Amino acid sequence: MSEFREKTSIVDARVPEGPLADKWVEHKNHVRLVSPGNKRRIDVIVVGTGLAGASAAASLAEMGYNVKSFCFQDSPRRAHSIAAQGGINAAKNYQNDGDSTYRLFYDTIKGGDYRSREANVYRLAEVSASIIDQCVAQGVPFARDYGGLLDNRSFGGVQVSRTFYARGQTGQQLLLGAYSAMSRMIAKGGIKMYNRHEMLDVVLVEGKARGIIARNLQTGEIERHSAHAVVLATGGYGNVFFLSTNAMGSNVTAAWKAHKKGALFANPCFTQIHPTCIPVSGDHQSKLTLMSESLRNDGRIWVPKKKGDTRKPIDIPEEERDYYLERRYPAFGNLVPRDVASRAAKERCDAGYGVGASKMAVYLDFKDAINRMGEDVVASKYGNLFQMYEKITDENPYKTPMRIYPAVHYTMGGLWVDYNLMSNVEGLFVLGEANFSDHGANRLGASALMQGLADGYFVLPYTIGDYLADDIRTGAISTQSSEFDAAEKEVKNRLHQLMNNGGTKPVDYYHKKLGKIIWEQCGMSRNAEGLKQAIADINAIREDFWKNVRVPGTEGELNQELEKAGRVADFIELGALMCQDALDRNESCGGHFREEFQTPEGEALRDDDNYAYVAAWEYQGAGMPARLHKEELHYENIKMVQRSYK
Amino acid sequence: MNLKLKIWRQKGPKDNGKMVDYPISGISPDMSFLEMMDVLNDQLVEKGDLPVAFDHDCREGICGSCSMYINGEPHGPGRGITTCQLHMRSFADGDTIHIEPWRAAAFPVIKDLVTDRSAFDRIIQAGGFISVNSGSPVDANAIPIDKHDSDRAFDAATCIGCGACVAACKNASAMLFTSAKVSHLSLLPQGQVESRDRVLAMINQMDEEGFGNCTNTGACEVECPKGISIENIARMNRQYLGAAISYSPPKATGGGD
Amino acid sequence: MAATGLFLCIFLLGHLAGNLQLFMTDEAGKLQFNEYAKFMTTFPAVKILSYLTYFSIVFHAIDGLLLTLKNRKARPVGYAYSRPDKNSSFPARNMAILGSLMLVFIVLHMSNFWVKMHWGELNVDIWLDANGNRDLHSVVMHSFKQLWYVIVYVLCMVAIGFHLWHGFQSGFQSLGLNHPRYTPIVEKTGYAFAVIVPALFGIIPVYIYFFG
Repeated sequence: MSEFREKTSIVDARVPEGPLADKWVEHKNHVRLVSPGNKRRIDVIVVGTGLAGASAAASLAEMGYNVKSFCFQDSPRRAHSIAAQGGINAAKNYQNDGDSTYRLFYDTIKGGDYRSREANVYRLAEVSASIIDQCVAQGVPFARDYGGLLDNRSFGGVQVSRTFYARGQTGQQLLLGAYSAMSRMIAKGGIKMYNRHEMLDVVLVEGKARGIIARNLQTGEIERHSAHAVVLATGGYGNVFFLSTNAMGSNVTAAWKAHKKGALFANPCFTQIHPTCIPVSGDHQSKLTLMSESLRNDGRIWVPKKKGDTRKPIDIPEEERDYYLERRYPAFGNLVPRDVASRAAKERCDAGYGVGASKMAVYLDFKDAINRMGEDVVASKYGNLFQMYEKITDENPYKTPMRIYPAVHYTMGGLWVDYNLMSNVEGLFVLGEANFSDHGANRLGASALMQGLADGYFVLPYTIGDYLADDIRTGAISTQSSEFDAAEKEVKNRLHQLMNNGGTKPVDYYHKKLGKIIWEQCGMSRNAEGLKQAIADINAIREDFWKNVRVPGTEGELNQELEKAGRVADFIELGALMCQDALDRNESCGGHFREEFQTPEGEALRDDDNYAYVAAWEYQGAGMPARLHKEELHYENIKMVQRSYK
Repeated sequence: MNLKLKIWRQKGPKDNGKMVDYPISGISPDMSFLEMMDVLNDQLVEKGDLPVAFDHDCREGICGSCSMYINGEPHGPGRGITTCQLHMRSFADGDTIHIEPWRAAAFPVIKDLVTDRSAFDRIIQAGGFISVNSGSPVDANAIPIDKHDSDRAFDAATCIGCGACVAACKNASAMLFTSAKVSHLSLLPQGQVESRDRVLAMINQMDEEGFGNCTNTGACEVECPKGISIENIARMNRQYLGAAISYSPPKATGGGD
Repeated sequence: MAATGLFLCIFLLGHLAGNLQLFMTDEAGKLQFNEYAKFMTTFPAVKILSYLTYFSIVFHAIDGLLLTLKNRKARPVGYAYSRPDKNSSFPARNMAILGSLMLVFIVLHMSNFWVKMHWGELNVDIWLDANGNRDLHSVVMHSFKQLWYVIVYVLCMVAIGFHLWHGFQSGFQSLGLNHPRYTPIVEKTGYAFAVIVPALFGIIPVYIYFFG
């Protein structure tokens, strides 16, 4: 793969030829297979046990490969997919509202503001229906109606009801389904599970990914693990913002190490800010809590028409309320896509109409829904979310509107992968949120779960065979090679450096500082000047970090500060790349809003002539600008138009 | 707020631990309990002391990582919440707060407040699944499922595997956890095929892990952050009795052509 | 535990039916009670039931002991500070202690009445009544005239009450008999049983002590 880096900066996604609707079927029909007897001789490492990782590990083990699975949590069941609330999309058309594979495909491309790869998205829509079948067969208790059939609800950015859900805990139920499939294979010996292990480097042998270096977080031991292919399903990097809806442990380390070993990092500036989160209440805050997008089905978003109105929300009469989403986007109203809703909230707050003590919040009001359907029905639909809100804020959303504000939620960017989900490093596959592939510049609600499971259950199991077919005679990969020696040494040196630099400041000090810069300069809106400053500031933080961070304890034990330090070190480097990417992209699209590029009405202004490409960055060293490679995006089946939800 | 914390400190799995006093001040009532612990840890790091190790991840009550025995109860005072959802407004200025790890032979302490709960994983591995491979299952709507059964299966399936049930139980029994999974799967038609093997295997594994027996005190149900009912335990008992009576070991067969 | 426990609840009812005859403290009552006692020790069907009862008591006690030991082992290191009162009831947590108290009582109780009735030496431990039956009635009356015995007896009935308060419904739960519609009825029945049965048992010695 290194040859293309030398010769050209255009990346080939190796999308199969043929009509869009036939590509995947044709491809599956022609990829090479590995026979059952040979699968037994092949090892695959899967890092991460979220929806993508767990479903991939289970599926590969069922097929007969020897799988080694890794997670940093104490159990694979705790991966952060578990926190997804609202639902999972599938083009089943059970509601007879005209849904189809094409419509799901189209909505996803449009929602992603025409910055995703057509063939991948079509495949995603194509396999979506099978995901629901698979999950139901595993015992996932999706919501049903009284006839015993599956129920659906609608989500932002679409005009059909295609979202399957399990109350407000869809992610949990889907993950537990995948976890149970994994557990079954662990018991059968198909998967060897490594809990409380963190991948700290990927090992390349002759240019191919052949193993990882992992730290046993319980004992501190550094371990070598080899395999014929390495699959990263390590999630997104939203925690670069410090405050996000991600779990505390969610990190970019595995993906970043792969990036440093040559894997291209695509579209890092495409981050999703979710419009409905509980606002920040103070400096002590460690994370943000999402309120499911499904709430926008029945809740109405508004701010007072009068600037700086300090009346209680229930005292503000109807005619003095500005339902700004309904006003600006009559066709979609409160159900506009996330990027649009988030930006609209920011616009109102920046203009001085924000509510609450911080003035950085808007109201999400259920008064009309309660009047229309009754409190009981509202409670049955959203009860657990209302309860969660009340626990955190001490306010009762049945009586007074919720206060919400956008927060970092998901990252569309990630490691670049081809149609087979393999990165430019041979044998290194990337699934789920960790790759960049399907959501373009903005992800529609309930599509992350769909993509994670599509990759793990229905895409990788076929495409990985095409690569592994070359390895049926390779035999077990030794961990006693110079490549493993070098990788292990590097990992140990770095840990040693973190432990012994005699600094004074806790890791969180740097993480908070970094997060503030990224949020302000590379958050909901960006501009060239701010981004340039941010890159300089982040480089300064990196230098200060390595001089002055303090990590107590020792390397050879459970040391949570050391874990955090390693992750924050990688976030700092990633932060600089995000800003570089955002600076390079002189247009606004999806979640990437450059203030210099907007329509007179303040909507995102794309530049399809110059920026209809995936920006895939190659690492050039810490503090050095990364090198840009482009994957041109060709739309053969869809006309690129300005996105409109009016 | 000013508080007096008493926290279990234990260096490693084989070391002896003890309760250590930590006074802490400047705590806001809006902080979550774990944010209060973050403040304490930052102070400890700055002083050059070792921070308190504790499991936590999602901080929104769903991953099941957090696991503190606070003031004599798992996940502290308050019902239907995990430790991360407990807010400092539940305490009064000047309070003493006791913080300990889960205590059970099957959950050995790794460090400070961190315990090893992999026994739960092994119980699930023994049978907490439906044996279906990825591939081409039947259409999701091919089998209609009674909404009430489906809802009850969901109620059981909301278990987050935190282990509060074990921590609360005077016998350190894992019956609520195990029965939640048994109930979830056996209430659905897809799961009924292997329900007899499942209940026997899971209970057997539970006993092997060294959990205690159920004496129906109901403490687990009260402390469960997801409100899982001991009705599930009765359902599992019922199935276990039936399976144990009717079970006959399969004969080994092999060959074929 | 559940099956033997629930069987012993039925036994208690039978035992109580017999004991209630002790409210008749006069000569006629004495003759009737002794006739009943003779029937209970000689009728074959009752004998089978009584062996089932002995078995249940022994099994319930040994199984309970083993269970308690195993459950203790499941938590080798206890909590420094625990508030079990916040999530469970006193009887539920103390079934083993309550049960042990009852075992002590049963030994005392049996040595007083049951041993004397079966094997007591005639005219030393027990006499014959006008009908020629062993006069258990008088043995009971004599025992219940001793204050310490009445106090011990009543206290033990309190222990039984607590034991049943949890045990009755717990038996149903262990056998898998839990249903949202019927369990509340079982619970209420259990609480009523736990109060009424030991209360009736306990009133008898008190009545005899004061009015017998």
